[in-house]
Amino acid sequence: MLLREVEYARPSSVADALAVLAEHDGARALAGGQTLINVMKARAASPDVLVDLNGIEALRGIELAADGTLSIGPMTTCAELIGSAEAKARPILGEVCAQIADVQVRNRGTIGGNICANDPTNHLPPLLTAIGAQMAIAGSGGERVVPAEEFFVGVYLTAVGPGELLTRITIPAGKHDGFASVTLGVDGTCIANAAASVNGSLRIALGCVDAVPVVLNPDGLDSVPAAVRSAGLNPPADVHASSEYRLHLAEVVAVRAAQQALKGH
Amino acid sequence: MAAVSASKTVTVTVNDTVYEREVEARKLLIHFIRDDLDLTGSHIGCDTGNCGACSVIVDGALVKSCMMLAVQADGATIETVEGLAEGGALTELQQAFSAHHALQCGYCTPGMLMSATALLRTTPSPTDEQIKKALQGNICRCTGYWNIFEAVKAAAGGGA
Repeated sequence: MLLREVEYARPSSVADALAVLAEHDGARALAGGQTLINVMKARAASPDVLVDLNGIEALRGIELAADGTLSIGPMTTCAELIGSAEAKARPILGEVCAQIADVQVRNRGTIGGNICANDPTNHLPPLLTAIGAQMAIAGSGGERVVPAEEFFVGVYLTAVGPGELLTRITIPAGKHDGFASVTLGVDGTCIANAAASVNGSLRIALGCVDAVPVVLNPDGLDSVPAAVRSAGLNPPADVHASSEYRLHLAEVVAVRAAQQALKGH
Repeated sequence: MAAVSASKTVTVTVNDTVYEREVEARKLLIHFIRDDLDLTGSHIGCDTGNCGACSVIVDGALVKSCMMLAVQADGATIETVEGLAEGGALTELQQAFSAHHALQCGYCTPGMLMSATALLRTTPSPTDEQIKKALQGNICRCTGYWNIFEAVKAAAGGGA
């Protein structure tokens, strides 16, 4: 499919990228392109200018601090994260990235792109919510840090506003995490997914059931099903699952994710 | 500020040949390879990033060339299915595809070959599971997966 006419820029710094975004109203950041380019083919998005972030070295790389905090550049690809020795400090990250789509998509698709797209069926929004990630967002007014719960705003919408860029993802130390999903084929699109983390208490984030990840704080494993049922959810229905069935699946994957997180704890 | 333009001069090395072309920013890499460079071995199957028929290796990484812009490949080294058989001699993998009848209509074959080539470079002796995972991004509408799997396994074993 031929894309609509579009202009292209490849800045080499965050400041330069922000300047191009500010200069052009219809400009949009291009990360790995594994969502955006397809959306452009379908004309569901028609940016006038693509600001390619692939030349910005400062947006890459994973660092592990002495206290176990991980700092992940948003332009890190899923494949880079899977292969990163530093990222093994929080093993669930590589484990979940290895379940995203296929080799080709993981080679180009980025961590930042996955969360900025904020498709409710994506893997990383509930995962980063459950494990307490924080996102740094840069704009003309400087940089601010937003917790995951405030980062995901709506379907395809995040706290990254027009003219802004996600510049860093910070993840605290921790090991007791879990993730479970029901997918269309192995590693396909999620029909339901859930991430869990134990950091003192159990924390669960459900994907696929609402516009943004739904956070639950059940007392323990036994309370998980009731917590899902009493969350007042009205999941979307589609060709793959009715609303009721998706709610049932949410309960199942929440329990599985919690079981994994609680294992050996 | 970085230059903003609707087209760009792109220099790429494809199968050891250097090409320089003026390319529109909206052109997908697969269209550039097929229409501008006349290398029609890489196929367009679904054009939605699902089928993998357009898989090529860019700077060592297997990618679907329908989800990358040609201008993004400026300076890159690209390998397509045409580059596999150096001097016309089929690779062990290609011979194995022939011996195991690993194609029916053949439309997905270029992508399958590139995915399996990428796998065998990093993992010369893959497990069955690794072979299946490596081919996950490639769809065969004839559903001839079993012979494709057998061919990759045979090539990994050191002969067709």
